[in-house]
Amino acid sequence: MSRLLDVNDLRVSFKTYGGEVKAVRGVDFHIQQGEVLAIVGESGCGKSVTAQSIMGLLPKKVSRIKSGSVTFNGKELLGLSKKQMQKLKGSEIGLISQDPMTSLNPTMRIGSQIAETIKKHTNYSRSKIHDRTIELLDLVGIPNPEKRYRQYPHELSGGMRQRVLIAMALSCEPKLLIADEPTTALDVTIQAQILDLLKDIQVRLGTSIMIITHDLGVVAEVAQRVAVMYAGVIVESGDVEEIFETPKHPYTWGLLKSVPRYEKGKHEKERLVPIEGSPPDLFAPPAGCPFAARCDYAMEICIDQMPDPIKTSETHQARCWLNDTRAPNANDFVAAGGNDV
Amino acid sequence: MYIFKRILTMILTIWVITTLTFIIMHSIPGDPFASDADVLPEEVLENMRAKFNLDEPLPVQYVLYLKNLVQFDLGPSIQSETRDVNTLISDGFPASAILGLQSLVIALVFGLLLGIIAALNHNGMLDYAAMAFAILGISIPSFILAPLLINYFAVKWGMFPVASWGTWQHTILPSVALATAPLAIVARFMRSSMLDVMNQNYIKTADAKGLAITGIVIKHGVRNALIPVISFIGPLAAFLLTGTFVIEKIFAIPGIGKYFVDSIFNRDFPVILGTTIFFSTILIVTLFLVDISYRIVDPRIKLTSRGE
Repeated sequence: MSRLLDVNDLRVSFKTYGGEVKAVRGVDFHIQQGEVLAIVGESGCGKSVTAQSIMGLLPKKVSRIKSGSVTFNGKELLGLSKKQMQKLKGSEIGLISQDPMTSLNPTMRIGSQIAETIKKHTNYSRSKIHDRTIELLDLVGIPNPEKRYRQYPHELSGGMRQRVLIAMALSCEPKLLIADEPTTALDVTIQAQILDLLKDIQVRLGTSIMIITHDLGVVAEVAQRVAVMYAGVIVESGDVEEIFETPKHPYTWGLLKSVPRYEKGKHEKERLVPIEGSPPDLFAPPAGCPFAARCDYAMEICIDQMPDPIKTSETHQARCWLNDTRAPNANDFVAAGGNDV
Repeated sequence: MYIFKRILTMILTIWVITTLTFIIMHSIPGDPFASDADVLPEEVLENMRAKFNLDEPLPVQYVLYLKNLVQFDLGPSIQSETRDVNTLISDGFPASAILGLQSLVIALVFGLLLGIIAALNHNGMLDYAAMAFAILGISIPSFILAPLLINYFAVKWGMFPVASWGTWQHTILPSVALATAPLAIVARFMRSSMLDVMNQNYIKTADAKGLAITGIVIKHGVRNALIPVISFIGPLAAFLLTGTFVIEKIFAIPGIGKYFVDSIFNRDFPVILGTTIFFSTILIVTLFLVDISYRIVDPRIKLTSRGE
């Protein structure tokens, strides 16, 4: 499998009145053809900013990509001209945005909103564009597409609107689909339907998907690989089984312990443990590990120095000193996944 | 059904306005002949009052007026012997309407453009320039702007006639003078509305679709940004169409603007009522048109009577 998207050392800052906010501070990850990568993290950790900088959607005036490279399909995206980027957006990379309730133009029929993308990127005839739009609405499971074509967003439910947005993102058969919290604004039953739809698309069309979420349930449902983000850096990444079964970073441990789990044969009540404290101020991020202040296992070095990613398997790596061979007793903690030894 | 109910309310509104104006008007001290009271003998005055039914008790006058009103007769003018109020309005309105329409078009076209340009260059030079212009436009009263325009464009450079009415050249300077303030207001409205819209998620969606910026602004931005601006256009149109005292006076335009003011000084009761009713009617009709155009611009708005 070849790498479709390769992001290296991406750094993004925002200018504010208070100073420079370092939202993304050196992010590396890649997505292979036909793969689903989940980027997980709490609000403000830089996951949406990462996605938006890939697509060049960040507001130009206040944001700055400080360094890094984003290679898509062998082509460097950072530094492409507006025109070149416009050609790519919507045709090769599709975006499914966070909030279906506000992401559709309220004064335009949904059919025309989808057709608009096709018109921009192909030279299909009018009737062919129309047919393709109907086909897309059908593909994303919208019943009665001919009728829906002529409706306005307010006439559709949230789930239906998200389907429209997915249809829109899929309209030119992109190689990569970026789904920024695609289910956050939806209720649970609809969430499951949308996730099923995304999985189905990935299998049927072979589209690579980068899904951004704070919901570990979503990750377990759709992802093959996971990158856990915290305070603008990826602290751990690996295959989904590795992350859920043998997590190597205390932040991941904390995330996993803060969601309810159902395990077979285990009936005693388990308390949910929140991660105490709050993420560091990104105006002046700490020199060491950003999680050190909240970490139960922090050592002296954690406060002084940020560890490089330490590989624990071919696909699994974590930026945590506990995984360093020199760390005393750390192996026991790591092996126990943060549970008391 | 909606239209029917709406028209009924409009008629009701006009009746309320008529009644209120009637009451307020007669509560001002003095009558149309107050200035002649010293010169003319009492008998003559009484005859004149009788001619215009002013000797009747107020409720009777009121009923008489309403009777004429439902036949679209606004009554005689006390000041003008030869023309009744209907003629005054129909003679003056075309000039006022042409002037108003032109001003409206100027205010909308340039105001919206200026607002859009300012918003797209948010906090840039063009934005500051546009807003400085807008603040000037709002602050300079038309009775200062108009003489300035006349002084430069008509007297010094001779591009347009100084005043009076006739050819289209006559209409330019007064239209510009009249349009400046509303233009500035429209520009400010449009700017803030556009700024708001351009931050909406659907603009990001349009950007992610790979559309060019002009397409995004026109198809997704402007139409949505117009919605709050439209509500301002209704009263503005009514105000501009029915003529303005100051501009018509300065440019010697035979419009109806002057009657609004003169009639009150002269206690010319039928003209006060007539012009008020005329203005109200235009205002109510433009508000109605605004509501209908909402429906066209924003599909979320459905025109229904309450409770349906």
